[in-house]
Amino acid sequence: MSLTGFELEVQRAGSAGLETEEMTLNMGPQHPSTHGVLRFVIKADGEVMREAIPDVGYLHRSIEKISEKVGYHGFMPYTDRVDYVAAMFCNQGWSMACEKLGGIEVPKRGEYCRVIAAELNRISSHLLFVGTMILDIGAMTPFFLAFQEREKINDLLEELCGARLTYNYMRIGGVAWDLPPNYAERVLAFLEHFERALDEHNDLISYNKIFVERLANIAAVTPEVAINYNLVGPNLRASGVPYDVRRDDPYSIYRELDFDVPVGTGEVGTVGDCFDRYIMRVHEMKQSVRILRQCLKQMPDGPVIAKVPRKFKPPAGDAYIRVESARGDMGWYAVSDGTEFPYRCKIRTGSFSAMSIIDRLSPGLMIADLVALISSLDVVAPEVDR
Amino acid sequence: MQEFLDSLITQGYFAGVPRDVVYAAGMAVFAAVVVLGFVLNVSGVTTWLERRVWARMQGRCGPNRVGPQGFLQWLADGVKLFMKEDLIPAEADSRLFRLAPYIVVLGFLTAFVVIPFSSALIIADLNVGIVFVTAVTSLVVVGILMAGWASNNKWSLIGGVRAAAQIVSYEIPAGLSIMPIVLLTGTLSMQGIIAQQGWAPQNWFVFNNPFTFLAFFIFFTSALAEGNRTPFDLPEAESELVAGFVTEYTGVRYLLFFLAEWGNLYIIGAVITTLFLGGWQIPPVTDNAVLRALLEFLTFFIKSYFWVLVAMWVRATLPRVRVDQLMSVCWKYLVPLSFANLLGTAAWVVAWPQGNVVARYAMTLVGVALLYYFFQRVAFHLRRARVRERGELQFSPLS
Repeated sequence: MSLTGFELEVQRAGSAGLETEEMTLNMGPQHPSTHGVLRFVIKADGEVMREAIPDVGYLHRSIEKISEKVGYHGFMPYTDRVDYVAAMFCNQGWSMACEKLGGIEVPKRGEYCRVIAAELNRISSHLLFVGTMILDIGAMTPFFLAFQEREKINDLLEELCGARLTYNYMRIGGVAWDLPPNYAERVLAFLEHFERALDEHNDLISYNKIFVERLANIAAVTPEVAINYNLVGPNLRASGVPYDVRRDDPYSIYRELDFDVPVGTGEVGTVGDCFDRYIMRVHEMKQSVRILRQCLKQMPDGPVIAKVPRKFKPPAGDAYIRVESARGDMGWYAVSDGTEFPYRCKIRTGSFSAMSIIDRLSPGLMIADLVALISSLDVVAPEVDR
Repeated sequence: MQEFLDSLITQGYFAGVPRDVVYAAGMAVFAAVVVLGFVLNVSGVTTWLERRVWARMQGRCGPNRVGPQGFLQWLADGVKLFMKEDLIPAEADSRLFRLAPYIVVLGFLTAFVVIPFSSALIIADLNVGIVFVTAVTSLVVVGILMAGWASNNKWSLIGGVRAAAQIVSYEIPAGLSIMPIVLLTGTLSMQGIIAQQGWAPQNWFVFNNPFTFLAFFIFFTSALAEGNRTPFDLPEAESELVAGFVTEYTGVRYLLFFLAEWGNLYIIGAVITTLFLGGWQIPPVTDNAVLRALLEFLTFFIKSYFWVLVAMWVRATLPRVRVDQLMSVCWKYLVPLSFANLLGTAAWVVAWPQGNVVARYAMTLVGVALLYYFFQRVAFHLRRARVRERGELQFSPLS
């Protein structure tokens, strides 16, 4: 990595007899912009960082191990806690893995309910990302505007499954409840309003001069590096790699739906910089709105859940399932030994691999840029450790 | 002050009291009133108002429980902070740690000595008034740096060093933007500067010539940076440095830092009003000394408090700049620009020693046109938001 102008100056000052000392900073686990309990050990020379080493493990709750004791059905509420910002996707991942193990067919309406819930959740997760990202850059007003919209989605999801954060909505073989009466009208009314709110949001902050200057050309990730570091989801697409599990390895009913996969174009700087990662989420919210409209229109009638025995005992074997979570490709691996408890469960999450790239991108960045980088990668602490 | 007391005596107040006693008592009472009655209340109410205004802009309620509309919230907060334990970290340099907030408060309270609230209400009309303000507000840097160093916390240290770099840098464009006014008036005294302006906008120095017009904007920007306000609030950048130099402070010391911050905002407004906006000048409406003082005070207060509101508005609107951007804005743009301004004003003063009436009216028109354009933009966005609710799109003819 070449030295920036400032670093060269520091070096020159050092050779002229001015001593500068490297400072070790401890960022987190309790720091306002580490989004939970992440910790970074920063070696900094003044404001410029030499390196930032992520230290994970502060939120480890042995969720994978718990699955071996509570059974297939009983594990569902625990999956909510894997990524509490986008719990629907974890529900969906686990139920899909179990269905693959047991060879269960989900009724069509059940699949539609799942996709509607998941896409609503994707919008709410991205709204949280957008709000906190802007908050980390130092503007407060857009944060509240984003959360106002998120509240409306929380209300809709509460109507659907009785919970606002940890939904526990899906079951092995379908979903717990059908949509409430007149739900489609209320969702459509919300989408109508939300599209305009998103335009207003873009007017207000997305192309604000200071905001763009803070994010453009910061911590750009080239497509090769993104693939090598196993970035997934919006982070990968921001680097210009058009890969979306929903489109390239379709599950559920995504094959029948029409949507685009936005990729980073380096709108204001280089491809894959912090701004691309930010604007990627804004574009994805628009695509989610499209998907939701189609789902509500095409939804068939029928049961929402297949007949699954209360003592679910899939035959011995294993299953690996991928879902496109709000944070990208999320893998669920379940091994069955023929009893009613899973033999092993393994969850592969996007935040964990996103954490590893911070180490590589941080040298030469300023501390303020590190804050922007962490939030632009959309790292959610419980998803890192599980 | 003395003239005010003189006029009171000639109008028949204080009959039978020796003149010197009246002077001394008047000075003491006024200083106490300014410090206790005015400064503390203004910065206290400003904390409440900022939270309310901010909340309104963000679609929230803000504090509304203590007193009508939550008006007494600042008193409740103050009482709460007074009762908190005064923690001093074990490894901190305890003497410096305890001293730092007082230096910050000293820096901002002393500036009120030369703030001209009306033609008579000023504690001391020093002949170096405006230089005195810039000098004592620099004391704040010392306090902040002290707080950052003594806390023995690396985040505090970074905050303190950022504050030092920022305030010292931005003092240069701020100082250079004061100079055009000093060139025009030939005096450094606050009252002297106001006395040469009139009550009507075309007689304010902001519209005097194009250079002072520019100096006004440069001064406001640098003053925001000096007061650690968004978009230049890096020293206490919450998302980066936890709380910057106040990270380790609790209780009343913490209170003092914020008292100084909000008090500083008012000083910024007062200095802008004095230099550029005609100060306390009012049209000749009354001869009664008390009534006149009251009207002048109100004029000055409203003008200066308006800039406090603008600063709140800016804070609710803009994100924060990065530290290198902050420095490049200052050294690459503001400093050369304010130098050019100074030279331009010097040339202007040589060309038109008595001032140019045409330029004055032209600049006033420019100012009015800018305001008109601004309100048009606001009206357009309001209209567009309304049209959007109906689902149509409208494109700005101006943007």
